[in-house]
Amino acid sequence: MRLSTREAVEGYIAISPWLIGFIAFVGGPIVASLVISFAEWPLIEPPRLVGLFNYSRLVHDPLVFQALKVTTAYTLSAVPLHIIFGFFLAILLNQRVKGLAIWRSIYYLPAVVSGVAVAVVWIWVLQPDFGILNTLLRQVGIRGPNWLFSRTWVIPALVVMSLWGVGGGLTVYLAGLQGIPTELYEAAAIDGANALVRFTHVTVPMMSPVLFLQLVTGLIGSFQVFTSAYVMTGGGPGNASLFFVLYIYRHAFQYFEMGYASALAWVLTLLIVLVTLLVVGSARYWVYYETDTAQL
Amino acid sequence: MDRRQSGVLTRRLGAGQHRTWTVVRYFARLLLYLVIASGALIVLIPFVWMVSASLKELDQVFAYPPVWIPNPIRWENYREALMTPLHPFIPYYFANTLYVTLGCLVGEVLSCSLVGFGFARLRFPGRRLLFMIVLATMAVPFYVVMIPQFILFRQLGWVNSFYPLLVPSYFATNGFFIFLFRQFFARISPDLFDAARIDGSSTWGIYRRVVLPLSVPVIATVCILSFTAHWNDFLGPLLYLSRTRLRTVSVGLALFIGLQGVQWNHLMAASTAVMLPCVLVFFAFQSLFIQGIVITGVKG
Repeated sequence: MRLSTREAVEGYIAISPWLIGFIAFVGGPIVASLVISFAEWPLIEPPRLVGLFNYSRLVHDPLVFQALKVTTAYTLSAVPLHIIFGFFLAILLNQRVKGLAIWRSIYYLPAVVSGVAVAVVWIWVLQPDFGILNTLLRQVGIRGPNWLFSRTWVIPALVVMSLWGVGGGLTVYLAGLQGIPTELYEAAAIDGANALVRFTHVTVPMMSPVLFLQLVTGLIGSFQVFTSAYVMTGGGPGNASLFFVLYIYRHAFQYFEMGYASALAWVLTLLIVLVTLLVVGSARYWVYYETDTAQL
Repeated sequence: MDRRQSGVLTRRLGAGQHRTWTVVRYFARLLLYLVIASGALIVLIPFVWMVSASLKELDQVFAYPPVWIPNPIRWENYREALMTPLHPFIPYYFANTLYVTLGCLVGEVLSCSLVGFGFARLRFPGRRLLFMIVLATMAVPFYVVMIPQFILFRQLGWVNSFYPLLVPSYFATNGFFIFLFRQFFARISPDLFDAARIDGSSTWGIYRRVVLPLSVPVIATVCILSFTAHWNDFLGPLLYLSRTRLRTVSVGLALFIGLQGVQWNHLMAASTAVMLPCVLVFFAFQSLFIQGIVITGVKG
């Protein structure tokens, strides 16, 4: 066997776990999910093709719009706030602060313990009568809202909780800030730029690739909120926190409507792809790449 | 540096203005630390509040003004929450979670490192394209594949077993870990490979005896990320483990909230116990954790 042929065979053997896993658990299911979305499949009976029925059904489903509304409202508030707070915090910690490693660990902690335990703790933090948030508000004379039990406040409550984990992105921002060459700041200072101008004309453009990445991953993540909604509110009160993935879960694993749930999943995916493409398309207007060849 | 700068300033501005400048800087610095410390305090309060409640007697849990340091400290909450005869399987939940977490971790390290090695070090047709697909799978949301996966595993009779959670890990389904391994392996000097080849090592010998021993940092990073991800995983266990005996801690804890008459101090004790392994792993391997996140450029 020729040496290069042998290397190629070995190469395919090396990646074979991935090839099999991709076909069985990712690529195959993606195709299957599309096919299932054109069928009715209650699991106890064999599937029956129904064409576009699931898609026409979801257009007339008021809860689909509720789920879209909830998910959009959450995304539009959580994602920008995350970027602003995360960036701001990183700038503060980048001022040659003493004990940086300790601060960074503290701020990172919520990202390590994400999941059900965090949701449980926050149910207790947000508890209207005895929770620590309203207790502290009461001590300064503010009557706190009912948070998770209020249609108006449930989404802000979940946004507040997600901001608690803002330090998860801190490391990336700090790495970005430390990657900005100091010459740029010196040159700007010599040209008479004050701190504010240096921030808007050096820091922000140099950080724009990092901000861009955080924006894209933040958007994709916030479209997929599930655990906190499932554990903390179950979508309530009155569907005021019916996140889209929670709605997919309900149809798939509570009503066992695999076809309709798959159609819902595809609608959400198309939406995510669309928003991501929009953001990526906007990148050339505001994301600065040093090489000046925006490679995306 | 600072002294020289202020020396220049003194000469230029005169002593009075110099003093104002120092005072302004001092207060700016003070404000900086104040903001950073209050932020850190806000992050810590829920943790402190949780641990404190987990050690309180029930009436102290609801006390106003809030009691921060429990008096008396009631360790029994932990025993009552985790070892209650009402729910005899709670210790199983921890064992199950550990089993699934470590099982997935081993599978991911083995399979993703081998695949990463293939992509980094072996040339074969379609390598670039296939690696692009690996990267693309990182963006595939779980909810799209969860329904067909569930149907598949149901057909195989794997519902209410650990297989649906364990098996995919052994087939390198985590594109991100493949990426981490590939990036690391690509930076190993090719001379080492040539030397090993001359010594008569096969490709697999090189992978086992040259590549893996050199890759402790990236293996550690993947281990830590994998550990926290699987320990905290909720949706997977929720779909596949409905039998009481098989539950993981996250599913158990989620059901615990729904129980009638469950006490807050017990609930907080359970949460603390569930969080503890991840916190310990984080503090033990912090530097590797941070390093891993920097490599990725993506938040954890």
